[in-house]
Amino acid sequence: MTDHHGEFDSVTGKSTTGHEWDGIKELNTPLPRWWVISFYLTIVWAIGYWIVYPAWPLISGNTRGVMGYSSRADVAVELANLEKIRGDKMVALGAASLADIEKDPALLALARAKGKTVFGDNCAPCHGSGGAGAKGYPNLNDDDWLWGGTLDQIMQTIQFGARSGHAKAHEGQMLAFGKDGVLKGDEIVTVANYVRSLSGLPTRKDYDAAKGEKIFVDNCVACHGDGGKGNQEMGAPNLTDKIWLYGSDEATLIETIGNGRAGVMPAWEGRLDPATIKAMAVYVHSLGGGK
Amino acid sequence: MNKTVNPNELTSDDDYGPLYAARKKVYPQSISGTFRRIKWGLMAFCLGVYYLLPFVRWNRGLGAPSQAVLIDLPNSRFYFFFIELWPQEVYYFTGLLIVAAVALFLMNSVGGRIWCGYLCPQTVWTDLFYAVERLVEGDRRERMKKDKSSGPMRLERISEIVLKHSIWLLIAWWTGGAWVLYFNDAPTLVKELVTFQGPMIAYVWIGILTATTYVLAGFMREQVCTYMCPWPRIQAALTDEWALNVTYRYDRGEKRTSVKKAIELRAYGEHAGDCVDCYQCVAVCPTGIDIRNGPQLECIQCGLCIDACDNVMTKIGRPKRLIGYDNDINIQRRQEGKAPVYRIVRARTVAYSAIIAAVGGIMIYTLATRSLLDVNVLHDRNPVAVRLSDGSVRNAYTVRLLNKSGYDRVIAIDANGPANLTTHVVGIDSVTPDRPMIVIPRDSTSELRLLVTAPAESNPEKSVPVRFHVTDIGLGEVATATDNFVSP
Repeated sequence: MTDHHGEFDSVTGKSTTGHEWDGIKELNTPLPRWWVISFYLTIVWAIGYWIVYPAWPLISGNTRGVMGYSSRADVAVELANLEKIRGDKMVALGAASLADIEKDPALLALARAKGKTVFGDNCAPCHGSGGAGAKGYPNLNDDDWLWGGTLDQIMQTIQFGARSGHAKAHEGQMLAFGKDGVLKGDEIVTVANYVRSLSGLPTRKDYDAAKGEKIFVDNCVACHGDGGKGNQEMGAPNLTDKIWLYGSDEATLIETIGNGRAGVMPAWEGRLDPATIKAMAVYVHSLGGGK
Repeated sequence: MNKTVNPNELTSDDDYGPLYAARKKVYPQSISGTFRRIKWGLMAFCLGVYYLLPFVRWNRGLGAPSQAVLIDLPNSRFYFFFIELWPQEVYYFTGLLIVAAVALFLMNSVGGRIWCGYLCPQTVWTDLFYAVERLVEGDRRERMKKDKSSGPMRLERISEIVLKHSIWLLIAWWTGGAWVLYFNDAPTLVKELVTFQGPMIAYVWIGILTATTYVLAGFMREQVCTYMCPWPRIQAALTDEWALNVTYRYDRGEKRTSVKKAIELRAYGEHAGDCVDCYQCVAVCPTGIDIRNGPQLECIQCGLCIDACDNVMTKIGRPKRLIGYDNDINIQRRQEGKAPVYRIVRARTVAYSAIIAAVGGIMIYTLATRSLLDVNVLHDRNPVAVRLSDGSVRNAYTVRLLNKSGYDRVIAIDANGPANLTTHVVGIDSVTPDRPMIVIPRDSTSELRLLVTAPAESNPEKSVPVRFHVTDIGLGEVATATDNFVSP
C-alpha cells in the first residue's frame, strides 16, 4: 500500500481510493449511506449488550449486566426443572410393582431409559456397557443366571449383591478343592475332564470316567446338583450348558477346582435409591435373557 | 452510481469523491407496452398462486389433511397434491433446489435476468407497491414535485401519504397472512385468526412477513437488488456473448441527436442516431439507471425501457426496438453489415438442460417407484451376539418399520439367513410365534426390537448375511433389508 492519494481512472470515469496492492488499484465505489448507518447501529446495539448482559472481564469476575443474566443460572434452573419432572415419574416408578412396570409401556420406557443410564455409570466397569460381561463377570444378555433370572431374583441380586458383605447377600462359593487339600492333583484333572464331558466337550483319552464321576458325586453334587445341573439357591452354575463364566478349557477348570472362585457383586441398596434399583432390574431383565 | 469526476477539477484529497453515497430516490414513470403487459400478467399469476394456493383442497381420505399444499411441521409431513413426503425424503428438496438453481442458470444463458425482471418476489411486490404509489400520489412528475415541495404539508397531502402506507400495510399483512396458511389447514386457521383464537406463532410470523414485505417493497426496493442480493454478481459470471440481454443498440442509437436534426442529416444521406435523448428509458426504470451506459449491475432487465423507447420510436416514425433483447455478437455483426444470428442451442444451454433433465428424471423416477412400506434394520452392537445356554446364538436388531400409506397394515416379519432361525419381537406375543405379525398404523413408523436366534447346529462360523422380509399380509407388498448374523 502506498500513499492515500486517489487518482482519476479514465476507463471508468471514477476516482480510485488511493489504495494500491501490487499495482492493483481500488476504484472508489461509495457505500450506500443506509448501509453505513446500519453498520453504526449494530455498534450501538453491541454497546447495549455490554449494559444488559455480562460482558467485560474484571480482575476477579466480570461485569454482570443490568439483567443479572448468567448462562450458568439458566442451566441450574433447567436442571432443577428436569429433576422435578423426573421426580414425579420416579415416584410413580417406585410405587409400581416390578410386574406392573413391565406391563405399562410408559413406565417400562422410563425404567429402561433410567436403567440404561444408571447401568452405564455403575455396572459397566465389570459387566460392560452393553451388559455383555467378561471372564468372571456374567453376561447379562444370555439366559444363564447364577442367582436366577426372574425380575424379583435380579432385583434381589442388585440390592444385596453376592458375597458383598451385606447381611442379605447371596453367599456360597466355589471351594478351593486343591488349595484346601480336599483333592489331589490327578483327581482334579480327572474331575475337570468329567465336568467337560457333562456338556459334551472332548476329554483326555486316558481319563477314567468312572473315577471322575465318583469324585464329582462325592464333592460337587452338593452344590451343583445331580448331573451338574446347577443350583441357583447357592449360585452354583449349571455345568451341562454352553456358557462358562471363567472358561471351559481344562486348564481353567483345573484352576477353578483347585483354587475356587468367589467373584463379588456389590450390594447397591443404600448406594442407589429403591426406584433406581427397580429401574435397573427391569432394564437388565429386558436385555434379552430375563425369565 | 458514482458521478463522473473530471480530473481537472481534482485539487485536494477530499475531491476524490465521497466514500458514502446518499441514495437517489427513484420515481419510475408509468408505461404501457408489451413488456408491461407481460409483467402485469406474471404479477397476477405469481400473486394469485401465492395467495390462493393454500385454499386449494385435495382429498386424501378421512383423517388426513385435505389441503393440496401443506407443510405440516408438528407431524413432520409435507403434502403436495398427490405427493406426501417424510423428513427422511428431504433429498427431493435437494433435487428441487438443484433444478431451480440450474433453471436460473439456463434462463440467464438464454434471456438474461428473466428471474430478476419478471418473477423475483422482490420485483413483483415492489412493482405492486409502485402501482399503489402511482394510484394514490400520481405519476413520476407529480410524485417528484410533491416530495420536493417544502413548507407545511396540506391535509390533502397527509391523507395521501396515510392512504398509501395503509394500502401497503394491508398488502404486506395479507402477504404474511398467506404465508402462515401453508403451515396449517387454511380455512380453519383463517377462522381462528380472525376470531383471535390462532396460535401465537402464527401472529408472530404474520408480523414478521408484514414487516419484511412493507420494508423491502415499500422502502428498500432497488437497494435490495443492487446491494443485498448476490445474484447480480453471479449473473455477471454466467452470461456470455450469446445470451440475450436488455440492450441499448448503440450502433443504431448513436450519435444521439434531435428529431429535426436527424431528418436533416438523413436528407443529406448522412448517418444519424435514432436516440433522441428523450430520457424516457431512464424515467421508467425502476432502478433509476440509464440503459444506454451498457450492461450494468443494477439492471434487473424488466424490459420497461423497451416499452418506453418503442413508444417514442413509434411516435417519431423510426423502427421499434432501439432498446431490445440483444447481444454483443449481433451488435458487432450488424456493424459489419451481416445478418444477426441467434443461437439458443449452445454447449452452455445444452449442459444446463441436460442437468435439469437428469436431476428431474431421477426425482420423477424415485418418486414414481418409491415404496410406501419400508424397513430399516440396525444390528445391536453391544453385544453383537449372545451365546445361550443350549449353545444357540442370538443376535438382536432394532427394526424400524415405515408405513407411508393411508391405511393400517398387518405385516409379518421373516428373517432368512442361517438355517432354522427363530424370530421374536420383544414385548409382543404374536399369534404366530415363528413368524411375528404386527400392526403398523397408517402414516407412521414402528420401532421394534427383534431377537433372532440360530440353533447350535446352524451357528455360522463367521458373519453371514441375514435378510429381513416385511410382508404386508393383505396386499402382499414386501420390503426387505439386509444385515449380518454374527457368532460371538
